Amino acid sequence: MSEMTKTLLEMQNVSKEYNGNPVLKDVNFTLKQGEVLGLVGENGAGKSTLMNILFGMDVIQQTGGYGGKVLIDGKEVKFASPLDALKAGIGMVHQEFSLLPGFTAAENILLNREPQNKSVLSLVFGDRAKTIDRKELQKEAIDAITKLGVELDPDMLVSEMPVGHKQFTEISREISKSAIRLLVLDEPTAVLTEKEAEMLLKAIRNLSNQGISVIFITHRLQEILDVCSKVIVMRDGRIVKELDAQATSIQEMAKLMVGREVNTSGNHSEATARRAISEKTVLSVRNLWVDMPGETVRDVNLDIREGEILGIGGLAGQGKLGIPNGIMGLFPAGGSVKLNGNEIPLNNPRACLDSSLAFVSEDRRGVGLLLDESLEWNISFPAMQIQNKFLKNYLGGLIKWRDQDAIKEVTEKYIGQLQIKCTSSLQKAKELSGGNQQKICLAKAFALEPKLLFVSEPTRGIDIGAKSLVLQALREYNRENGVTIVMISSELEELRQICDRIAIITDGAVSGILPAERPSEDFGILMVGKSKKEAM
Amino acid sequence: MKKEITQKDVRNFLANNIVPIIFIVLCAACIPIAGYSGQYLVDQIITRIVRNSFLVLSLLIPIMAGMGLNFGMTLGAMAGQIGLIFVTAWNVVSIPGLLLAAIIATPIAIILGWFCGKMLNMAKGREMITSYMISFFMNGVYQLVVLYGMGSVIPVHSSQVILPRGYGARNTIDLLNVRKSIDNFWTFRLFANENGTGGLTIPVLTFILIAILCVIIVWFRKTKLGQDMRAVGQDMEVAREAGIKVERTRILAIIISTVFAAYGMIIYLSNMGTLNTYNSHSQIGMFSIAALLVGGASVSKASIKNVFLGIVLFHLMFILTPQAGRNLIGQAQIGEFFRVFVSYGVITLSLVLYEIRTRREKAESAKTLALSQKQEANA
Amino acid sequence: MEKVMSAIKSFGLPRLIISLFLLVLFIIAPFAGINVGASITDVLGRFGQNAIMVLAMVPMIHSGCGLNFGLPLGIISGLLGATLAIETGIPGPVSFLLAILYSTPFAIIFGWGYGKLLNRVKGSEMMIATYVGFSSVAFMSIMWLILPFKSPTMVWGYTGQGLRTTIATDGFYHHILREAFVLRIGSLSISFGEILFFAIFAFIIWAFLHTKTGTAMTAVGSNAVFARASGINIDKQRTLSVIMSTWLGALGILCYQQGYGFIQLYQGPMYMAMPAVSAILIGGATVNKASITNVIIGTILYQGIVSMTPSVMNSLIHTDMSEVLRIIVSNGMILYALTRKTGASR
Repeated sequence: MSEMTKTLLEMQNVSKEYNGNPVLKDVNFTLKQGEVLGLVGENGAGKSTLMNILFGMDVIQQTGGYGGKVLIDGKEVKFASPLDALKAGIGMVHQEFSLLPGFTAAENILLNREPQNKSVLSLVFGDRAKTIDRKELQKEAIDAITKLGVELDPDMLVSEMPVGHKQFTEISREISKSAIRLLVLDEPTAVLTEKEAEMLLKAIRNLSNQGISVIFITHRLQEILDVCSKVIVMRDGRIVKELDAQATSIQEMAKLMVGREVNTSGNHSEATARRAISEKTVLSVRNLWVDMPGETVRDVNLDIREGEILGIGGLAGQGKLGIPNGIMGLFPAGGSVKLNGNEIPLNNPRACLDSSLAFVSEDRRGVGLLLDESLEWNISFPAMQIQNKFLKNYLGGLIKWRDQDAIKEVTEKYIGQLQIKCTSSLQKAKELSGGNQQKICLAKAFALEPKLLFVSEPTRGIDIGAKSLVLQALREYNRENGVTIVMISSELEELRQICDRIAIITDGAVSGILPAERPSEDFGILMVGKSKKEAM
Repeated sequence: MKKEITQKDVRNFLANNIVPIIFIVLCAACIPIAGYSGQYLVDQIITRIVRNSFLVLSLLIPIMAGMGLNFGMTLGAMAGQIGLIFVTAWNVVSIPGLLLAAIIATPIAIILGWFCGKMLNMAKGREMITSYMISFFMNGVYQLVVLYGMGSVIPVHSSQVILPRGYGARNTIDLLNVRKSIDNFWTFRLFANENGTGGLTIPVLTFILIAILCVIIVWFRKTKLGQDMRAVGQDMEVAREAGIKVERTRILAIIISTVFAAYGMIIYLSNMGTLNTYNSHSQIGMFSIAALLVGGASVSKASIKNVFLGIVLFHLMFILTPQAGRNLIGQAQIGEFFRVFVSYGVITLSLVLYEIRTRREKAESAKTLALSQKQEANA
Repeated sequence: MEKVMSAIKSFGLPRLIISLFLLVLFIIAPFAGINVGASITDVLGRFGQNAIMVLAMVPMIHSGCGLNFGLPLGIISGLLGATLAIETGIPGPVSFLLAILYSTPFAIIFGWGYGKLLNRVKGSEMMIATYVGFSSVAFMSIMWLILPFKSPTMVWGYTGQGLRTTIATDGFYHHILREAFVLRIGSLSISFGEILFFAIFAFIIWAFLHTKTGTAMTAVGSNAVFARASGINIDKQRTLSVIMSTWLGALGILCYQQGYGFIQLYQGPMYMAMPAVSAILIGGATVNKASITNVIIGTILYQGIVSMTPSVMNSLIHTDMSEVLRIIVSNGMILYALTRKTGASR
């Protein structure tokens, strides 16, 4: 414990910008040996960028490096690659598992660092002809597992493991690397059951006692209180506050995470000025589950009212994206969805579209667009296929011919209306910028003239100017045509600007629905709270 | 409870081994119809094992590296043939001749394997069709070299090899010089009668060579390179993150396979005694792959056990069907067509089953979600 | 310079080389003592004979099933139609219509089954298609032996059982299209019958791709997830495309037989997919994009090289390397298409 006093890592005025947009500003903190530091913040607050800098990831160098200093043991370091960071004793466990399913835990722990035996053949054929020393491999793996202090069978295949054990395998791999002194855990408990998470927290304490420092990134704030000695809250690329974990509360952290300066609120107070929303439920969702990898929905119950804009928010990976994707039949789903009292069959995109639902996917390039086809095709296609629009009938409807003129007309209408920048309506969708592609996706949905429109992450990856245009278009569409809109977004402020009510999803279920004008702290608490009861 | 498990196990066993099971049934049905003697069949099978096992074994390593069935093994076979053409032309006899052929074939196989590996790295995810097309493409190049280059550009002038017109290799080349020289180097008779004739002849040296290759493959799995290949085969991205040179490893897998295929072809042809200059290699690719699949291997998993089981079953079928066809319908040709159909059919069946099985595994996760909610609702 | 480079890039370097090569062949031809008129006649004849089989690639490429290496299945439907038509013994043009008629149900049934199979193996269609083609050819080899055909034109003379390896179409539909509407200028003769026949089906496919269903099919090939999100039944579209391709394959072989003069049974159809695949790729198609123009250009270029190279080479260097060159060029073209990054999505 005496080592606790020595400083291991220090960051001084670290800053970073991408193409002139600052994403990190003046980050300062220190980390002592054996200390566990909690790092919290919304998606996009700058946590990942900060960790990328610490690791010398390529993406940092490729975008012009960073400002400020990173010191280890009081000496400035500049890692040119993750390999350098590894050499300096820094390890990281990412959110996605990087494991081979057909290998055992031990093989995965020592992947590409297997202990080897020399033999005559290896003298002839080189190092890669050395045989692997299975005994030593086993021993080193067990060492790492013991160091971590968890129960893990080194001979178990990863494909047969529960999720928790996979996570332990990942962490053991980092620990087995020689001279590990600092371990970064990026949301390690997100996929774990409660029991597994407890084991992991215990393991973190174990590591800390052995003098290994840990940076612990998580959205489960209770865990921070349980295991950390210090917490850093980040927002908009800054450290808003450094807290003593013993002296803070979940409420305080949540508030700091999502709270905004007052100046932005002037803008949206007018926008979200309370308007009367009909009490009539247009779409009711009961016990919905959706198997969307990374965005699993477990049990969602939701009533959407006629004519409103309902926001669905929540942190990444909690399942908010799974809701529209599941209802619209893009991922396997179950439960019950009723539109005006009529049951809509799930796993059947056609049936949803036939009942006048429409969906603008968050995956523009993968789902939203025919990248290799013209704008005309992109905009007219669903309406043509579902509603037989833009077709000329010959031989009494036996031949349904594409009506090129009508297609051109509707495309140009939307190009004008949404101010889509393109050379002509025949330009290929892949040649447009992200913002304009998004507008094409909206136009495609508008052309269907839906009663209810799901819009998923409409502003992801597009610039600020295009963002406000897209939001404006959605608002107008809602006001002028009376279309109910369900908008799913990771950006709470954006939802608060345009929505009437906002539902927050955590752990694949609705943790609460609040009117949009409620202060953002309330939403923050819903986001991190484990269940509805706790948050209320 | 216990009974349920066993029933499920039986079903799984059947589903996973459907191809070998079909073949065992097929062969069992054909044996009485064809009416061959047991000794004849055993003798034939030993010959086939001697001929083919080296070739089939060469397919194992690319499967380990996740590159599927290496239809490009034909390239190795071409290299082996070129080696044999040279030693025949130079009149190098017996085992030194074969050794020399192997020495000539090795660099050619390495270059061809490297080319093939490079191409396959450009076509990740569709290695098999690409390696298949490479074998077709290279067949053209091979013909260009052998049919037009030999004798004109490449100095080969033996009349045994070169066509009377002065250039180009003959359609069939007699390999008398090296015929069975490995097999006859050291033989051993089993169940011989008093005169020391009859019974089964066991070519000991060939079996030793095959055993050595098996040992090499077992050893290879234990090396660092073997481990890397298994890693690359499972997930290229994870392997890359761990610092394994993915592309290089894949190319090495193909090179090793191509070189073994070249040696395999030399052993095969020396046992046959004649070289069909323009046909041997393309047939051998299909037969080797079919044999491996018959042994129960799949696109992603194959073992030495599959190789030998496959060769026995596949060639048993090959020997039996023409005779069975003649005895059953009075036409041997039907049996011949039938075995061609079976060779192609078994590859098709294995590929389709593999795809369907992978797909089914992916669909499992949705079921568990639905189940968990049901359980919650019940609770 | 940059413009030239990008023009070359969009045209495709291999296609450019092949076009130039063919051009050079035509320029050299007169000096090598070859009758250009007769050469063009030959190229056009081969075009008419083969173009529909190349056209058979289009529907499957459009629906994202990749290159139709399973063309032999379509060819077998055509062969069944042909043999049944001859079995009826009705001579002349009617036999050709009968052959088309008889082959249609087979093509639909085979195509349907083949399509269902390909739907279960999305992502590795091409490899499996190849082997489906091979297996079906091998299976039919057995069938040709045991099916109870009786017509003396087709059955082996000495056993009276089993079909011959090659059956002449004389008296039935030999040159039925080739000798219709022929325009003769000196040594050049153009058969409008074949070209018209191709044009009809090319038009049908072109028109189909402009209908609602055709649009849906193209979208499935362009981005299957997009199509599914737009309510399209992907499997249905794919199956439809496979049936179309199979049927066109059947028509294609019938058209081929009338020009070639023989019906080739047994192992005959085994490798017939490769030239067609290669032709459409030379025409500028990729693994998931193809147009009628690609078919026309590709067939002319491919058949041009196949027919011109041997004659020019023979008269120049007295060696016929054309078969070897054909193998290298056609398979090299397929290899090029498979290893290109842009086509890697499927």
